[in-house]
Amino acid sequence: MSDCRVTSCGAGPAPKSPTSSRALWIGGTLAALVLWWLVYGQLKLLADRATAALPLAPGSHAAEAVAFFLYDTPKVLMLLTLVVFVMGVVRSFFSAERTRALLAGRAEGVGNVAAASLGIVTPFCSCSAVPLFIGFVSAGVPLGVTFSFLIAAPMVNEVALGLLFALLGWKVAATYLAFGLGVAIVAGFVIGRFHLEGWLQDWVKAVRAGAVDLPPEDLDVVDRLRAGVDAVKDIVGKVWAWILAGIAVGAFIHGWVPADLLASIMGRGAWWSVPAAVVVGIPMYSNAAGIVPVVEALIAKGAALGTVLAFMMSVIALSAPELLILRKVLTDRLIAVFVGVVGLGILAVGYLFNALFG
Amino acid sequence: MKTVKVLGPGCKRCEATAELVKTEAAKLGLEIALEKVTDYAAIAGFGIAATPGIVVDGKVVHAGGLPKAEDVAKWLAG
Repeated sequence: MSDCRVTSCGAGPAPKSPTSSRALWIGGTLAALVLWWLVYGQLKLLADRATAALPLAPGSHAAEAVAFFLYDTPKVLMLLTLVVFVMGVVRSFFSAERTRALLAGRAEGVGNVAAASLGIVTPFCSCSAVPLFIGFVSAGVPLGVTFSFLIAAPMVNEVALGLLFALLGWKVAATYLAFGLGVAIVAGFVIGRFHLEGWLQDWVKAVRAGAVDLPPEDLDVVDRLRAGVDAVKDIVGKVWAWILAGIAVGAFIHGWVPADLLASIMGRGAWWSVPAAVVVGIPMYSNAAGIVPVVEALIAKGAALGTVLAFMMSVIALSAPELLILRKVLTDRLIAVFVGVVGLGILAVGYLFNALFG
Repeated sequence: MKTVKVLGPGCKRCEATAELVKTEAAKLGLEIALEKVTDYAAIAGFGIAATPGIVVDGKVVHAGGLPKAEDVAKWLAG
């Protein structure tokens, strides 16, 4: 499985540098941040000028779509770069082994909460999902707690939160964080209550490994900044195509899809739109970076927030390719329970959110 | 001769790690027996939770992410 998702497949820090270059690294990072800030403030102006320079009638469908595309593409890419860099630095303080040590032998309930929260900051990618799953379960992390981690890690990640915060404001980002963690905690807890350990694949049950003792990593400031740069190269290099596709879809929605049509399908009045959004989301495979621009355009056109968030969670947390990977360790029955419990959780989030906020 | 095992299901980063081990061993002029372990059960048996992992003479020295070249050299020489 060479397709690693948004999160770092372990952007390992590069070689240590002599102390003399420390000032250079710190200074360079600060300068880059200032430059980022200056350029970011000018994006709207530049996009408007570029659109005006094109032979498009102002206010036409095409002009609307092109303006959205030209503004959103650099904006999303710049935001993603910043978020991924910061999280790359933060993640150099965490590892899957450390998280496992924190979770092993933990009681359910508290363990589910801890697992979901650690899912946000622990480096994780779908190509690592199987070793991670076995590594957790065989080292004594309860099955339900492991599921809480597996649900939260791809869904409530830094890219999703960072982009939601930047494009839709802190209220939407905080709500997504709270509800995403809620789904991961409750779904993991429920699966744990079912006591389905017998539904793992036989060979998984046979693995009994003690947690390994790794020599502590010795990282300094430069190593951590470098981990951030590596994460940017790794992740932005991998997801930029998804982002362009997402923004193109968003631009199309922005320019051509009539607002009243969308409001009637995905608005608050349509009760069936939440389950429909969840079901449609399952076979779709995108990552947070690709889906957020679509979410932005849908909301701008009057789609209900709960419906759109349910769609986003379904696309990210319940993807068909990931379920295929998980079949190596889970029986079909256990996968069905997983999809059912998580799907119901997302459904509840959609309805609850539509009811609470309008 | 040291026995080095690279643990990983065969993702890009596991390949890169194996290459890095080869390169560093060649730099040091060390002869090593390099083995790629791709079986999930075998990987899990080493007690790691993130891949790629590196095992030198039966001891796990690294788990998760591409290691630093100088660390690889240290593990091989040590």
